[in-house]
Amino acid sequence: MSKLVSLTMAEARKGLAAKDFTAVELVDAHIRQAEAARPLNAFVTETFEAARAQAAASDQRLAKGQAGAMEGLPIGMKDLFCTEGVRTTACSKILDNFVPPYESTVSANLKKAGAVVLGKTALDEFAMGSSNMTSAFGVVENPWKRASDPAARLVPGGSSGGSAAAVAARMVMGATGTDTGGSIRQPAAFCGITGIKPTYGRCSRWGVIAFASSLDQAGPMARTARDCAIMLGAMAGFDPKDSTSAPVPVPNFEAALTGDVRGLKVGIPREYRPEGLSAEIQALWDKGIALLQAAGATPVEISLPHTKYALPTYYIVAPAECSSNLARYDGLRYGRRVEGKSLDEMYAKSRAAGFGAEVRRRILIGTYVLSAGYYDAYYAKAQKVRRLIAEDFTKAFQTVDVILTPTAPSAAFGIGETDDNPVTMWLNDVFTIPTSLAGLPGLSLPGGLSADGLPLGLQLIGRPFDEETVLRVADVMEKAVGFDAVPALVEG
Amino acid sequence: MAYVIEGETGDWELVIGLEVHAQVTSKSKLFSGAATDFGAEPNTQVSLVDAAMPGMLPVINEKCVEQAVRTGLGLKAKINLTSVFARKNYFYADLPQGYQISQFEFPIVGEGEVILDMPDGSTRTVGIERLHLEQDAGKSLHDQHPSKSFIDLNRAGVSLMEIVSKPDMRSPEEAAAYVTKLRSILRYLGTCDGNMAEGSMRCDANVSVRKAGEPYRTRAEIKNVNSIRFLQQAIEYEARRQIDVYEDGGQVVQETRLWDSTKGETRSMRSKEQAHDYRYFPDPDLLPLVLEQAYVDEIKAGLPELPDEKKDRFIKDYGLSTYDAGVLVAEQANADFFEAVARGRDPKLACNWVMGDFAAAQNRLGRTIDDPVVSAADLGGLVDLIADNTISGRIAKEVFELMVDSGKAPAVIVEEKGLKQVTDTGAIEAAIDAVLAANPDKVADYKGGKDKLFGFFVGQVMKSTGGKANPALVNDILKAKLA
Repeated sequence: MSKLVSLTMAEARKGLAAKDFTAVELVDAHIRQAEAARPLNAFVTETFEAARAQAAASDQRLAKGQAGAMEGLPIGMKDLFCTEGVRTTACSKILDNFVPPYESTVSANLKKAGAVVLGKTALDEFAMGSSNMTSAFGVVENPWKRASDPAARLVPGGSSGGSAAAVAARMVMGATGTDTGGSIRQPAAFCGITGIKPTYGRCSRWGVIAFASSLDQAGPMARTARDCAIMLGAMAGFDPKDSTSAPVPVPNFEAALTGDVRGLKVGIPREYRPEGLSAEIQALWDKGIALLQAAGATPVEISLPHTKYALPTYYIVAPAECSSNLARYDGLRYGRRVEGKSLDEMYAKSRAAGFGAEVRRRILIGTYVLSAGYYDAYYAKAQKVRRLIAEDFTKAFQTVDVILTPTAPSAAFGIGETDDNPVTMWLNDVFTIPTSLAGLPGLSLPGGLSADGLPLGLQLIGRPFDEETVLRVADVMEKAVGFDAVPALVEG
Repeated sequence: MAYVIEGETGDWELVIGLEVHAQVTSKSKLFSGAATDFGAEPNTQVSLVDAAMPGMLPVINEKCVEQAVRTGLGLKAKINLTSVFARKNYFYADLPQGYQISQFEFPIVGEGEVILDMPDGSTRTVGIERLHLEQDAGKSLHDQHPSKSFIDLNRAGVSLMEIVSKPDMRSPEEAAAYVTKLRSILRYLGTCDGNMAEGSMRCDANVSVRKAGEPYRTRAEIKNVNSIRFLQQAIEYEARRQIDVYEDGGQVVQETRLWDSTKGETRSMRSKEQAHDYRYFPDPDLLPLVLEQAYVDEIKAGLPELPDEKKDRFIKDYGLSTYDAGVLVAEQANADFFEAVARGRDPKLACNWVMGDFAAAQNRLGRTIDDPVVSAADLGGLVDLIADNTISGRIAKEVFELMVDSGKAPAVIVEEKGLKQVTDTGAIEAAIDAVLAANPDKVADYKGGKDKLFGFFVGQVMKSTGGKANPALVNDILKAKLA
């Protein structure tokens, strides 16, 4: 394995500037790694040839001193971002032949910054899932293995599981994710990498296939807080094509990484210690608190009293929006069509053939909660509770600067190990969903390994549009944790 | 004198509410930059947003918001500074998103009013319930292929204003007057061209019947009415149908009915049970629409004089009758034409000419006010010639027809044809003397008490002078001579 694939983006950028290696060499090394790690199934579509050409172009810009912020850095693009001329599937059969004639704002921003896209990474179908098992193109495997059972194939988490696995396996230096209820943070935790869901409105949703519009937010996944800062800077920005994109300037996120968290007040929400929380996760969290304290921050116990309503609220709001957002996949203008004797029959057949079980489940739930006679009891009430959850955070942030919690209630589980009850799967996002409902920035970083040798994540939550503090704290914690374990696949 | 329909069980009155869909005059669609021109080749005015491609997002067209506010102000309505776009979900082939972006709980415009000008010159006020902005759907073409339907998305996403009246109308004539007046206001405001034939103004009617003094009974909604004439017919038909149902011992069901203009009947489209559950919810792709009062005030300051104000002014300043003023102001161009003719002249005379011979010639020749049979300046010139006694009113009619035929100015025609009125008393006296001399028997009869013969003498004098003699002078001199 080439040493080039072990570099962080920050290191590679220096190396490129110093002409230690070229972008073509950097990209080639990652393509070789991606080829070697193909059994993980992290990519739905590989674009290696285009990547090589882009790398050559990057080298020319580097030579002319016209390098962008991510010039020549190989990344993965979650297959939820529409990419011009490159098939974009959302890992659904209904879009298995869809080639967009347009490029999403975020992917365009990244390309403008010089990033080189190696391919489209896998996800749970339409980003609905926490395991990558709902993808229509096969499950993605986590590069990490249990010490006790190295033969077991583990999930990478989801929905941005392909991106997380690709970053962890050093196939790319970073990858885009989208997070609706935890889809960046939970897979980042499962795969031992860092990922940040920025504040809702920080990154444009234009050209990102919608799941739940009021929650969806794009963000970077990489191996360090600094790399996340670099990549977020390239992705973010106001976009007049997205009415919910925030007209706020993009700060220099990297400059926020001062290494100093002295005097910061770190909120520790008591509601995030539910009964039955595993001792291992509890211990990880306590370790995180101690590290921050040692770095000069002050832990403050806080209360987020409506936390327990977050999961049910989310599973009303998100399916409601999804049921409407996915109505456009009707087989008429693009995507899979199954002919029928009538228009209604064509709809039914096309959508039955095109959507998997989890997507169908959520469309049904969403249709139900918006129905006449149920709207007030479900959707309207959920919106009220959502406001209360957001207010919990607003109040907490009057006394603290950042909040620390575990990212997920467990380490990565095995493919097929979960029971058939969808709610068990939904519980994976119990710690990440409140942040999503409140639209706040949330980051997951590796906090350590479980007894069985699997990565565990810690989550940092910040004030609206204060990704800088979140990244600064993550950077300090990352150094204190000293997470240097690598997945089995990379070691070998 | 209320409008009633006589039934076997007594008199029935009608309750009518109208929902008018008015296409906003704007270059591009409500949430996309695609063009809105009528009559373009199918599917040539469709953006990625209109076609509901994955990941596409709506962005509000500020022009459409301005037009809605303008319309709201023109309807003397409350402008809601905060309004919310909601999704109305249903599946149809010409609805690419699978939902229509509309406004539901929080429309941009609240209660207002429209004053109807009835044919007898009276007025009636109809309440406006609300006005909201929404997207139009595309068009399904079922007649292009034996087994397939084709879809044209040019109209998909075009901005509509849905203007909902209160159930304040009581006769088909009032419904017609409402649509006519609403159309007039929209055209004055420049917010909708009001072209019903091109579908830029469409109308659904909610109709119910009741006995006097009863609360509202169940209503039916009639769709697909695309002219004012059909609206009246549809309401009449539907009211009669409902009365028959009741009088046969049945119950009217709440349903949507389609107007069939060929058969002249309404027929059931879908019942309440089959009604769509639209699953409205606030569109998460769009933030609430928040306006500043200053923005509304600025639009208000720029409003043109509207038909009601203009009508009042015409009555007050020009002394016109309510009816004449109402007719003249219905179309702004007509009102402008009248004012151009009336400026500095006798307004009543100008009004008589504009609404009389001029309007008749316009109709006869199928001309619009933008392409008048004679210019306002020439018509004004003709009025001047009458006012200064150059020609008589009767000769003026002749001159007018010559103006229409030749396009020449009235003074030129009068000169060329020698139509100038004779005011020379000597010449008139001579003509009178000749007439009296030729009719000694009639002169004797007149003097014997047959007063009516005076008109005969006047007629003979006018005839002998080719109509050019000044009638007032003829009267005076004739009276003196016969005394």
